Amino acid sequence: MALPDIRQRGRFLFGAVVLAQIILISAQVNSRAGVPVLEQVTFGIFAEVQRAASGTATFLKGGWTGYVALRGVQAENAELKTRLDQLQIQLQEQRALAERTQQLQKLLDLRDRVHLPTTAADIIGLGASPDFQTVTISKGTADGVKSDMAVLSPAGVVGRIVTPSGRASKVQLLVDRNAAAGALVERSRAQGVVLGTGEAILRMEYVAELGDVQPGDTIVTSGVDGIYPKGFVIGQVATVERRGGAYKTITVRPAVDARDLESVLVVLAPPVVTPEGNE
Amino acid sequence: MKTAGVFLAIAMALAVQTMLARLEIKGTGAIDLVLVVVVYVALVAGPVAGLLAGALGGLTQDCLSATGVAAVSATGAITLAKGIIGVGGLAKTVVGFGAGVLGTQFIVTGFVPRLVVFFSATLVHAIIFLGLSVLLDFRLTSVPYAAVLTQAAANAAIGGVAFQLIEGFPGFLERRRAMRGRVGRHL
Repeated sequence: MALPDIRQRGRFLFGAVVLAQIILISAQVNSRAGVPVLEQVTFGIFAEVQRAASGTATFLKGGWTGYVALRGVQAENAELKTRLDQLQIQLQEQRALAERTQQLQKLLDLRDRVHLPTTAADIIGLGASPDFQTVTISKGTADGVKSDMAVLSPAGVVGRIVTPSGRASKVQLLVDRNAAAGALVERSRAQGVVLGTGEAILRMEYVAELGDVQPGDTIVTSGVDGIYPKGFVIGQVATVERRGGAYKTITVRPAVDARDLESVLVVLAPPVVTPEGNE
Repeated sequence: MKTAGVFLAIAMALAVQTMLARLEIKGTGAIDLVLVVVVYVALVAGPVAGLLAGALGGLTQDCLSATGVAAVSATGAITLAKGIIGVGGLAKTVVGFGAGVLGTQFIVTGFVPRLVVFFSATLVHAIIFLGLSVLLDFRLTSVPYAAVLTQAAANAAIGGVAFQLIEGFPGFLERRRAMRGRVGRHL
């Protein structure tokens, strides 16, 4: 390509020379900010280029991550949901396991406290008839379980074995209308008998007129019945009614709700009863 | 016009300019001989030569006069406060290009039109120079109208005379040779 005649390009040359001298001046003169004008202008232009490049890159990245890269998200989402469901199930299992461990620990503590031969058993079923408050446990005669053995829980007395079979036993709960246990008021040592009502409340009878019973008193087993070891919590006095000198009605709120139980402790050896009720 | 001639003219103008400034001849400070040369080159050789001569002369002048003041000095010269190289060059580039364009567009061969061109070129040069000074935040207490007009008049006079001398010099030699020939024949 032939070089253009510089004389025909006078205007361009003029512009170039003027521009060169403006640049030359700018390089020597400081702006109000204290930096050379040339540096400031160059930096300003370059900053705009950088801004444009950054904006373009951000836009492209946003387009990529917001649209193109989302192709596999639906499948990934479904997979993650499945994974989440599995983890929730695992979490529930772990939580149940922890709860179970805690209950077993309490049961173990109770076992140490009883100082009697015992065996732990799981509650594997509730009573078939609403008229009878019973549960079924996982231990039977094969494990040494016999009739009239006391069944305890860390919270207190549960009931007694009524029907043992080979590998399971039926337990009559203390709230059953046919159940009863020798009891005494822990605070005043006033004695009586706690009877089941068939509902979620107990009744205490045969308390002496001189016996001191107040609402809120803790009722424990007295051990005189030859079934329940002495000193285990039955419940707390809910209401006390007296007529004249005699007690008309004493209701006791049971300490144990069998519906919440999972494991119990069966006392294999019946307590030795003394005339005073001491083991 | 030969490039070497342009370089030589600018160099001589600068030399004479600095010599006059050193001698401090009263009133000579107002003359800008470099500007006169730039305008002369532009009128004779066109805008490209004018702008190149302006750039070269102005930049050289800027380099040599690094300690001026953006005002009228005691000698009437208009200079810059700091040695900003490029201000004079830019002004003379514009003037050289403009004068060159003017010379190609109009017939500027008479004495008076040349005076007008030199005068106008000096005014434009002063406007650009002082404008850049203000733009670059140099303190300019007042616009030196008298100094600018004096310089314009002086440059116009020198430029006009220079044109007459340079253009008339070959004819003068011719006439002188012819005169000597006639005298020789009579003798």
